Amino acid sequence: MKKGYLALGLFLIALVVYPLYFTDPFPQHTMIMILLYATMGIGWNIIGGYTGQVSFGNAAFFGVGAYATAVLLTNYGLSPWIGMVIGCGFSVLVAVVVGYPCFRLQGHYFAIATIAVGEIALVIFTNWQYVGGAVGIYLPIRQESFWNFQFHTSKISYYYIILSMFVFGLAVCHAVERSRLGYYLRAIKDDPDGARSLGINVQKYKLYAFMLSAILTSICGTFYAMYVLYIHPSNTFDLMLSINLCILVLIGGLGKLFGPVIGAFLFIPLTELTRVHLGSEGQGVDMIIFALIIILLATLRPQGLWGIFTKRAT
Amino acid sequence: MEGVFAQTLASGLLIGFVYALIAVGLTMIFGVMDIVNFAHGEYLMLAMYFSFWAFALLGLDPLFSLAPIVVIMFGIGILTYYVLIRPIISAPMLSQIFVTFGLLILLRGIAQFLWKVDYRMIPETILSGNFSLAGIYIGIPQIVSALGAIVCNTVILLFLKKTRLGMALEAVAEDKEAARLMGINSDRMFALAWGIGIATVGVAGVLLSSFYYVFPEVGGNFCLIAFVVVALGGFGSVVGAFIAGIIVGLVEVLSGFLIDPSLKFLFVLALYLGVVLIRPQGLMGIK
Repeated sequence: MKKGYLALGLFLIALVVYPLYFTDPFPQHTMIMILLYATMGIGWNIIGGYTGQVSFGNAAFFGVGAYATAVLLTNYGLSPWIGMVIGCGFSVLVAVVVGYPCFRLQGHYFAIATIAVGEIALVIFTNWQYVGGAVGIYLPIRQESFWNFQFHTSKISYYYIILSMFVFGLAVCHAVERSRLGYYLRAIKDDPDGARSLGINVQKYKLYAFMLSAILTSICGTFYAMYVLYIHPSNTFDLMLSINLCILVLIGGLGKLFGPVIGAFLFIPLTELTRVHLGSEGQGVDMIIFALIIILLATLRPQGLWGIFTKRAT
Repeated sequence: MEGVFAQTLASGLLIGFVYALIAVGLTMIFGVMDIVNFAHGEYLMLAMYFSFWAFALLGLDPLFSLAPIVVIMFGIGILTYYVLIRPIISAPMLSQIFVTFGLLILLRGIAQFLWKVDYRMIPETILSGNFSLAGIYIGIPQIVSALGAIVCNTVILLFLKKTRLGMALEAVAEDKEAARLMGINSDRMFALAWGIGIATVGVAGVLLSSFYYVFPEVGGNFCLIAFVVVALGGFGSVVGAFIAGIIVGLVEVLSGFLIDPSLKFLFVLALYLGVVLIRPQGLMGIK
């Protein structure tokens, strides 16, 4: 136990000092992306990994968070931090509206339904003129400050914000893992009927998990909007984003606290590497590698023991 | 206005037959062994690329490359079953979802790597151009595809209802254990279902390649539409898939015509949600 905490501590310290040592924008940007995806991955893991409800539509929460922040800032001048909270509110609403009817559905039907919801969101936002339609929203450039959530001279402040979100995500997931909610979620994943027969309100806890997932993903959407300062439907409601979240948690370890972390540390660098070094010649190579890992993990451990750190053999 | 409406209906009907064809393989695989093939659209994409390369490298018109490609796709389907699907037949649903999902990513990644992301198109096939029927313009590739889809669907239906092998397949779909007691080897039936399922989507791919752009992501939207068709028709029902395909084709064009072309897809997807939430067994579902 102690060894684990030590490793965790060293890891976090390394993350904290990272931008002080790597001062170039590119390594900082890469790590920001890793932490961003890791946080969203943690969000996905809560509903997909722990509760076993595969969602291919989590990008919807990302998009809602991003757009809520953008619209409130652009049209009403509200601070992005307020926008973040309101964005979370909307995302949670979406989670409930989608989850309430759809969690009745069995595994694959639910997965397909989430694809449908994600794509519907894409179509809506592409055609909704109030939020800029297909063109999207250019966020107004404001004076560099924490309250304005904008920094122009260096990425370091963005880095520490996303690092805090990442730690927050880890804390939330850790708390869920050790709480009664975590018990219920794992029970629901392993045997929903059995769980129900024990008196667990399956519907309610699935919704809770989905809401948590929505919150974590939504704050990342807000961050992204303020980091990139230009959002449009294709960079926010992207089905590939939803799929990538699933991929990175699958390769890192489903239902494990650090699964998404390992996944993000594998996914982002590998994607960047193939893009930078292989260019258009290597397009798809990263996907092939991820796919092979996913298929291998899924076929060789079909009884469901995932993760690189599994101890029990099947 | 009437002319445009009739035109819209015609094109919806024609594409609907193709949707039905794509969905038949999906519904058959699910009906026989309870597995949703998330990679189904990628096999469509593969067949489209085979057809394109047969044309570009060998000068073969899709009309002639259809037969060999179907045979190849049948083989690929059986190969997929034995290599990837058989190990996870009894695995938890999550594992099954992830294996076919991984397959989706794998096939798409391979396509991107081998053939790049550029859009390809077969410029002119033997059967091309269009003709006018009572004031409605019908593209020849489109009607050929629709006819091809109808023929293929009918062949499959006849196979399932009239031949011993087909009836054995249906038996396994209905009750695997009882079928085994009757001496039907479910393993071989599963392989056959995959073979036929992928072969049918291969037919659809070759047909589509005569008038649709070919690119690695082309399978995505068609796969989603196939899910809608299968859900509407009833998971496992071939007849249902046929009827539902036409309905989905019509819903797509009519919503575009009556409401807004850019919202077409939204209505198709909303149809999926409506079906699974209101009448999950679809029109003719057996599960």
